[in-house]
Amino acid sequence: MRLRGIGKAYGSTGVLHALDLDVRAGEFLTLVGPSGCGKSTLLRIIAGLEVQDAGSVEIGDRSVDDLLPGDRDVAMVFQSYALYPHLSVGRNIATPLEMQRLTLAERLPLLRSLSPRRPRIMRGIRAEVAAVAAQLRIDHLLERKPGQLSGGQRQRVALGRAMVRQPRLFLMDEPLSNLDAKLRVHMRGELADLHARLGATFVYVTHDQAEAMTMSDRIALMDSGRILQLGTPADLYDRPGSLAVAQFIGGPPINVIDALADGGGGVSVGPVALPVPCSLPAGTPIRLGIRPEAVELAGATDGESGLLPARLHRAENLGAEWILQCVLAGGDLLAARLSGAAYNAAALRPGSAVLLRIDGPHVHVFDVQGRRVPASAVSLAAGAA
Amino acid sequence: MSAVVPAAARSAGRRAPQSRLEAVAGTAFALPAAILILAVLIVPLMVLAVLSFTDYRLGAVGMKAVGLDNYAALFADGVFRRSLTNTFLYVAIVLPVSVFGALFIAILVQARARTRSFYEVVYFLPVTSTLVAMATVWQFMLHPALGPVGTLSVDLGFGRVDLLNDPDLALLALAAIGVWQVIGFNMVLFMAGLSVIPRDLYEAAALDRAGGAVDRFLTVTWPMLGPTTMFVTITSSITAFKVFDTVVVLTRGGPLGSTETLLYVLYLEGFQYFRIGYAAAMTMVLLAFLVALSVLQAFALDRKVHYQ
Amino acid sequence: MRARGLVLPLASHAVLATGAVVMLAPFLWMLLTSIRPPAEVFGTVFRLWPDNFWGAENYWHALTVGRLPRTMLNGAIVCAGILVVQLLVCIPAAYALAKLEFGFNRLLFGLVLVGLCIPIQVPALPLYIALAEAKLLDTYFALMAPFFLSVFGIFLFRQFFRGYPSEIIQAARLDGMREFEIVWRIVLPSARPAIAAFSVFSVVAHWNDLYWPLIVVTSGDLATPPLGILAFRDTETGGNYGALMAGAAIVTAPMVLAFLAARRTFLRGITMTGLK
Repeated sequence: MRLRGIGKAYGSTGVLHALDLDVRAGEFLTLVGPSGCGKSTLLRIIAGLEVQDAGSVEIGDRSVDDLLPGDRDVAMVFQSYALYPHLSVGRNIATPLEMQRLTLAERLPLLRSLSPRRPRIMRGIRAEVAAVAAQLRIDHLLERKPGQLSGGQRQRVALGRAMVRQPRLFLMDEPLSNLDAKLRVHMRGELADLHARLGATFVYVTHDQAEAMTMSDRIALMDSGRILQLGTPADLYDRPGSLAVAQFIGGPPINVIDALADGGGGVSVGPVALPVPCSLPAGTPIRLGIRPEAVELAGATDGESGLLPARLHRAENLGAEWILQCVLAGGDLLAARLSGAAYNAAALRPGSAVLLRIDGPHVHVFDVQGRRVPASAVSLAAGAA
Repeated sequence: MSAVVPAAARSAGRRAPQSRLEAVAGTAFALPAAILILAVLIVPLMVLAVLSFTDYRLGAVGMKAVGLDNYAALFADGVFRRSLTNTFLYVAIVLPVSVFGALFIAILVQARARTRSFYEVVYFLPVTSTLVAMATVWQFMLHPALGPVGTLSVDLGFGRVDLLNDPDLALLALAAIGVWQVIGFNMVLFMAGLSVIPRDLYEAAALDRAGGAVDRFLTVTWPMLGPTTMFVTITSSITAFKVFDTVVVLTRGGPLGSTETLLYVLYLEGFQYFRIGYAAAMTMVLLAFLVALSVLQAFALDRKVHYQ
Repeated sequence: MRARGLVLPLASHAVLATGAVVMLAPFLWMLLTSIRPPAEVFGTVFRLWPDNFWGAENYWHALTVGRLPRTMLNGAIVCAGILVVQLLVCIPAAYALAKLEFGFNRLLFGLVLVGLCIPIQVPALPLYIALAEAKLLDTYFALMAPFFLSVFGIFLFRQFFRGYPSEIIQAARLDGMREFEIVWRIVLPSARPAIAAFSVFSVVAHWNDLYWPLIVVTSGDLATPPLGILAFRDTETGGNYGALMAGAAIVTAPMVLAFLAARRTFLRGITMTGLK
């Protein structure tokens, strides 16, 4: 599936700007971004439910711009699940097949009983519905109406209605956002398994970076109608192309602090020189993106240089690990991720003075416009390898 | 958005299938309605406006434009002027009684637990019944010799009254029947309005020492019912304005023209005497009143939506 | 406090009960008279319950001497014809107005809003002339035609369809349904409450309507129930009140009984508008 120069505007408000995207066959691609970034609109354009103002959509090397949504061989799972409220679960799942396999006359009341082949087709459809329902473990619910189901069960019915068509492309529009937190985490795993089992192409829309990171083969991070960065979850996490990407991906969020290039291949934050590779001229203002796991506590007695003095503001217990929220001398906040053992060993209280060691090679350097500074990318690649 | 990738020019020039489908399906779905709305509403309205400036009579071969003559004749016509007076008088009686009476009953019925639906049915019954049939019953009820109202009047010492044949009382009798027919309708609207007033407002009022029935009504019920009252008032005035059935059944405009109402006179001019041009002018006057009331109603509805 | 707690409900019951008697009086009087023999109707002594039960005679008279059964049949035909066409015209148009983008969407909706404030009495003259020119007066068609289009129905169903989730319609499009199939397979089953309410509104309005039938019907064959009662009354002048009341009861019974049977639907249907 590929998108070529997709543009869309509502009135004078541009929603999508000349957007290009290639989706590989069989991959799980996630469109992620803040609400209003155009990701849902893009998904509806792929489905044909909305019409782009410019550009074209190709599925399997063929433009589908002149095809109706129902003829594009794509299935979609909606945020609200969009189940037909008056039909049973079984009929909901069977509907796309009935539409495909029965002629119009065979779908009309009265007239349909005249078709000799209809009973055979309907038997086939029932068997396929039963098979899909069994896969999703909803076979005991086939006679119920959607109103009688829990959120998780409706979710599965919506999946079943998409799966039963065996489409070339699955489109999913925030399908987990109406579930409670626990079920959401569980369904993440199930969706990833489903993708592996079906081997079909998934395009998945979410605003939740955790969903994007856990399920995707690749992520397209969108903002304001453009794709900021396209890559594997590891790419986006380890080599964010911009400050916006770095800030969107990862939880707890990345620390951003202002610094200056020192001209000698490093950077300085106030009076402290940090071992962050940076080849910009001395005095260039830059912004550092420091993941919480790139920050660690240094023993007060080490006497080594390049440590940031700070004061512990608050410690958050996540069970296996702790997040320390520290205040730097300049007033910037810096979060550090610590193992339980390390936290206990340090015996800290709110207000304690701490020294923070920064894992220089893993720090992301951006210019003041938020663009990644290439020099640091080179040294980071070396560091990561 | 003008920076379009060349490949896009192709689909931008042609309409995408979904838009085309919506345009075709939408047109096909709406066409019968559009044709009918032209045929039974818009074109007749225009014809009506034109006719009101002519001396057209049904069956006449020709007609000629008479300018504003019809309108001038209309306002010089004693019958028409009397019908306007009678209609406004009728509205002036029916409106306050049916609105405030309905509000009063609605508040009482709303407070009943077990008998609530019983009263709801009883008061609403006249709304669903066939007014022409019930008017003949009223005629019998008001019969000075045979009806219970006549008997009651004698028993109470008022002597024999013949309401429908008394020029001073006939319109009042019609108005009473009008109230009887519409009050249940208004009551149901008020009950709907009452049911959406949040309970905690009453509780807050009680904490503010506005706990008595009158206090509660003045501090909570009446202000919260404002939009409903507006709506009920206007729909009731439209209904009352169109009084016709009871006139036809009970008085035929009499006695002495005391119950000639706008619609009844219009009916006579247009469909009994076939003075079409004249009746058309009269209809335009009726339309003006109805449009004015509807515009008021639109504002009232707007406010109603705004409140909730 | 205790005293007031008792007095208020009692007073309220007294007021409501008195009102209820007034509301019901015509119905009771109608029913009681309809089973009274003429001698008792004109008798000087007033008794609530008749000494001689005369119901069979009165109702038989009403059903056979007048043409009430025929007018009831006419009423049913006219109401059914109007309702069927109204639904067939309104529902697709309302769906298109609510959910589809097409050329004259806004214009049509504007006309609908205008139409909402125009009762039948306004276009009645031109419509009458047109029907007269076409030699169609005094036909079922003339009785029904002005009401084939219900702007109120379009308005009502449009509001209803606008509230219908667009995602379900999109899902149906993805499943391969064409628009008319979406309307009758997906949207229509959910619109049943609205259809029921509108049907009540429409049938009650046209069963009881006097103005238009009075204009276009001249022969007794096509009289609707209100015209039937008028005609029956005129043939019975000064005469058989018992039978007349029986006739009134027969004509008003269908709507009243239907109301008693489906109270909720009726209340919703009739109170949907003040444009009765």
